[in-house]
Amino acid sequence: MDLNDTPEQAAYRREVRAWLEANKAQAPPRARAFEDERYVDARRRWQRALAEAGLAGVTWPREYGGRALGAIEQVTVNQEISRAGVPGILDVIGIGMLGPGIIAYGSEQQKSRYLGPMLHGDEVWCQLFSEPAAGSDLAAVQTRARQLEPGELGIFVDGEGGRREPDDSGAARSSEAGRRAGRKPEGGRDGGWAITGQKVWTTNAQFASFGMLLARTDPDVPKHKGLTMFIVPMDAPGVTVRGLRQISGEAEFNEVFFDDVVVDDDAVVGGVGNGWATALTVLMYERLTIGFGSETFASPTRLSDAIAGDAAARTDPAVRERLGAIIAELLSVRFNGYRALTALSRGQIPGPEAGLAKVTMVNAGIAATDLGADVVGPDAFDTGSEWSYLISFLPGLKTAGGTEQILRNTIGERVLGLPPEPRLDKGVAFSQLRAKEREAVAGSGFRGASR
Amino acid sequence: MNFALSDEQVLLREAARGALSRFKTIEAAREALERPGALPDVWPTAVQAGWPGMLISEQHNGAGLGAFDALLVAEECGRVLASVPVLGLLPATAMLDAAGDGALPAVAAGELRPAYVPARPPSDLEPRWTADPRAGLTRASAPAATLAGGEVTLNGTVAFVPDAPGAELLVAIGATDEGDPVATAVQAGAEGVSITPVMRYDATRALGHVVFASARGRLLDVPPQTLADAWYLAHALIAAESLGAGQTCLERSVAYAKERFTFGRAIGSYQSIKHELTEVLRQLENARGLQYYAGWARESQPDEFPLAASAARSVAGRALDFAARSMINVHGGIGATWEHDAPLFFRRAQLSRRLLGGTRDATDRVAAQTLSAAAA
Repeated sequence: MDLNDTPEQAAYRREVRAWLEANKAQAPPRARAFEDERYVDARRRWQRALAEAGLAGVTWPREYGGRALGAIEQVTVNQEISRAGVPGILDVIGIGMLGPGIIAYGSEQQKSRYLGPMLHGDEVWCQLFSEPAAGSDLAAVQTRARQLEPGELGIFVDGEGGRREPDDSGAARSSEAGRRAGRKPEGGRDGGWAITGQKVWTTNAQFASFGMLLARTDPDVPKHKGLTMFIVPMDAPGVTVRGLRQISGEAEFNEVFFDDVVVDDDAVVGGVGNGWATALTVLMYERLTIGFGSETFASPTRLSDAIAGDAAARTDPAVRERLGAIIAELLSVRFNGYRALTALSRGQIPGPEAGLAKVTMVNAGIAATDLGADVVGPDAFDTGSEWSYLISFLPGLKTAGGTEQILRNTIGERVLGLPPEPRLDKGVAFSQLRAKEREAVAGSGFRGASR
Repeated sequence: MNFALSDEQVLLREAARGALSRFKTIEAAREALERPGALPDVWPTAVQAGWPGMLISEQHNGAGLGAFDALLVAEECGRVLASVPVLGLLPATAMLDAAGDGALPAVAAGELRPAYVPARPPSDLEPRWTADPRAGLTRASAPAATLAGGEVTLNGTVAFVPDAPGAELLVAIGATDEGDPVATAVQAGAEGVSITPVMRYDATRALGHVVFASARGRLLDVPPQTLADAWYLAHALIAAESLGAGQTCLERSVAYAKERFTFGRAIGSYQSIKHELTEVLRQLENARGLQYYAGWARESQPDEFPLAASAARSVAGRALDFAARSMINVHGGIGATWEHDAPLFFRRAQLSRRLLGGTRDATDRVAAQTLSAAAA
């Protein structure tokens, strides 16, 4: 039982710490709002510096610019970055989740084209999975990718493979892909796909160069089977990004609209009809990425300082009981984190039970801000208050990365071995399923309480 | 980073489970509610396994193991509601060992069974050393102690002392007129000592009201931290027992939820049941993380042990309560009947949460530790 590093880990930590110490002066401040373009550029440059030092893509293979190290080294880097008080990489989603998806499923051409600029912050990525009607049930995505008929339109491809001239006016966004053929085709090859639909909760879409998009390519097979993953340039004609404001008033997410967005056949990742497997891989890396980050979240110092500074609060049994329970929960997350790290350092991949730490963390965070507001009073909600952001942010975090209910289903089934609920969508073609859903909604009209 | 059980610790846990599996402890827990003599005598097994000497250093014929190991054994005892007197025994042996007391070889060999008579260390809101009261929330004073040479005279009462009945040596803490704590080892049969066995709701938990009336014992010359350590060790042990008991509640509930069908499907497929059992798992896993923390801290970071043990007790106490109530819920009406095992775990949960200051006090202690760190 030892919380210390092994000699090898300690040597690695010293190396990371020394680099950060020597270079932290050039780091931009830590901030959560990416509304200022200059700040985003500063974060890109910082990511490049981290990448060149081997502190981004720590677990990526060397041939793609990574260091081919283990998860425990990734955690060491995260801890040292946090300790140095500097921001980490800008593109957590690309490097943590989508890049590994491309490494696992992408073609050689995709790997050589996209991974380098992703790692160095030249091209930021976003994840285009969730939709207004497909969140917990992700395989229900309705965004449609339609294969273009040969000669239906010219495909514009630049020499880099996929970058296209940005559209210069919204007026050009017609619903008919065919009409685009009239605009200066650079390539003129046959094939390609036209994508139409809406995605939501898209972090970083406002400055991303590419998105990894899950679309339905065959509605006439059961829903998990008719999906395909695409790489979509975010500046392609027909892509519209809108900020999605949340409780706090800030827009940390976006919704992204696709109106006959044309991509080349080369944009497919992992094969047509194989999108679900690719998505699951990305989601597994999402779990890892969230898991690595959880230790630094929700520091209780602010709460204990607020209570300690108020004579009535610090002797109030009810306040103390709530504080004690919150602190105990946060401590349990920390020490269960060490158990998980031990497993990681032995090469074990965290299972769904890692989701329990997220549930505990978010709920303890909510309880902490609630108690903080009780102690501070209405000033806690003032926009200048150190409490207001978290008070508004945490209710939504309960759902982020999978709702708490879905997490509990997954853990109940995979960890406890409880049977799944019967499903009505198994083996049914997606198109029929949608028809059934519409019928059910029509038939369930509320008949009033007098019945 | 190595925060996992060693091979030896896995073996220790397996051995404990194996040793206890020779008794029908859970059935006995029910029978003993009506016939106190029905409990099996597990003490010889505990002695054979070397549990009395676990926390006694090797120079005093003990095994020199750490709190982490002791907590694993306590967890196994809790898992099957076995009446092994770990709560009374182990904090007493830790104090005796710190004092280098002459009784240690006999204690380590299981020939002399000591019991810890708990005293709660002062907190930010209660400056005195106190004892559990007979009733109510008002703390009782720790027994009054007068010191003359190497001899301590105690006067006072400590209610609901775990494992006091049948103990041969009482390891108690008194407070002097100045409020300083003094540790002493008193023969249970000495003049002025009376132990009244009491049973409350959980027959597997031996309790006694201990009265000292000018009872004399030998001084255990240890620093105040050792006396506080005993209190927190008892908390960590009751937490580990609770985790073990809660684990059985979860396993039984999950098994039943898979085989009981309603409306054509296993009840475990319903989200209401699934989510409740996942919540039991969450709380138990949190208790386990804190058990590891407590076990690790007592050896490697002793100044954090009070926080770790209090947090472990707080979370494990609530986890067992929730697990036992869920076990009743998941089993439906049968879970609330005398013949079922769920009520035995429920009884264990309810009584344990009210002993040794109570789970409530452990939670308050976590707050107190946090606030004193914030103020510093």
